[in-house]
Amino acid sequence: MFWLLLGIVILMLTSAVLVLVLDNLLAALAASSVVSLALALVFVILRAPDVAMTEAAVGAGLSALILVLALRRLGLVGVGGRRVGEGDDA
Amino acid sequence: MDAYIGPLLFLGAAGLLAIGVVGMLLSNHLFRMVLALVIAEAGVNLMLVLAGYRWDAVAPILQPGVAAQPMVDPIPQALVLTAIVIGVGVQALALTLVIRIREAYGTLDMAEVRARMEVDVAAAGGGEATGSRERPAGGRPLPGPGALPEPPR
Amino acid sequence: MPRFATVLFLAGFAFLLFSLTLTLGFGEPPMRAGQGVLDQAVAGTGAANAVSAVLLGFRGLDTLGELSILFAAATAGGLVLGHRRPGGDGPPAGAILQAGTRLLFPLMLVVGFYIVLHGHLTPGGGFQGGVILAAAFFLPVLAGTGAGPDHALLRVVEGLAGTVFILIGLAALWTGGVFLEPLLVDRGALHELFSAGTLPLLYLAVGLKVGAELAGLLAHMARAGGGEA
Repeated sequence: MFWLLLGIVILMLTSAVLVLVLDNLLAALAASSVVSLALALVFVILRAPDVAMTEAAVGAGLSALILVLALRRLGLVGVGGRRVGEGDDA
Repeated sequence: MDAYIGPLLFLGAAGLLAIGVVGMLLSNHLFRMVLALVIAEAGVNLMLVLAGYRWDAVAPILQPGVAAQPMVDPIPQALVLTAIVIGVGVQALALTLVIRIREAYGTLDMAEVRARMEVDVAAAGGGEATGSRERPAGGRPLPGPGALPEPPR
Repeated sequence: MPRFATVLFLAGFAFLLFSLTLTLGFGEPPMRAGQGVLDQAVAGTGAANAVSAVLLGFRGLDTLGELSILFAAATAGGLVLGHRRPGGDGPPAGAILQAGTRLLFPLMLVVGFYIVLHGHLTPGGGFQGGVILAAAFFLPVLAGTGAGPDHALLRVVEGLAGTVFILIGLAALWTGGVFLEPLLVDRGALHELFSAGTLPLLYLAVGLKVGAELAGLLAHMARAGGGEA
């Protein structure tokens, strides 16, 4: 159980870092969806099936959908966004 | 290794929260700030569920034909359920505001949006923009309306 | 030096979190309120799922507030994004997308209603099922095969569901004296679909309301997308 959880936590934290450093905003969004999915797995192991279902349906599904639609409306799909900490010496 | 499960999960929750806050503070792109908010929210939710976990207990749902067993605390789970749904509402509202900012100012760069907003607010109040507080006094001359600097690329 | 101050703050924040997590216990919650809820969940509400019992039986007013927050967010989204703009549609949908949409829609509808109606017995409930229902009705827009759900209809469904929720609460106030108290009109046997009194009805209202609100929000987000602003 420990090793399974270790793998999930590593996946979660790696995806969370990727959200901040990926250039492509669509890819960053997909990484945030991976965080939600890994979190749903952790909730299942923590014996919280209700929360896991909500996190999978809302966090990984609907939230990603809303973000993609907003991204499309912003006209940023496929355009590289600016990275964290890059070129902001204002 | 089971003794390390608790610290590992708390580390994961604190890590998600820290990464989210780092992203919100250091990011310059409004959309990425919303993404960082989502990450921070996930960390807080995990921390709340961890608070109700109990060793050797089952999920708080009665099964037909099974004798009563110890169950994990249902109250944090109900709280987190509420928090997840409200989080999506907050996120949608933030995104609509980001879309409006993009329509109004044509940019999503935090520094540039802030500078233009200050100019707008000052113009609405009938005065000159005083500029950002982050600029050192006595440095470069402050830009007036219509003379905005190009954002650094 | 705003960057330096930020990094300093973050270092302090990380240290605070780290020391906080070291002192927290894991696996042995005190459960002062939780044990009471578990003891009374079946007798008080008739629901097998203790989380549902907390959400609708013990904290019904809270759920009503949550619905109001969601309603406010959806309304604000509609207000801010309300004005229509002619937008370029995406490329027409291919055969796979069209067939997949037609195949998935009834399945998602069944799954959504199953999750909503069995919320008091199994994991699930109004919020999860409502999200799945919203996604089902939004599927044609995603695939690009048709228009989304009708806005007037969504508003009617949403208003009706919210009214039903409050009316059930008022009925409980009338008979029992407490707003949104679980009403055990027809108690039924534990683990049966028609049990737990008004809980399934409340969950149905929650599911329809959440589904309609989210579908409306998605439709606002999707409208007139694409292209540079």
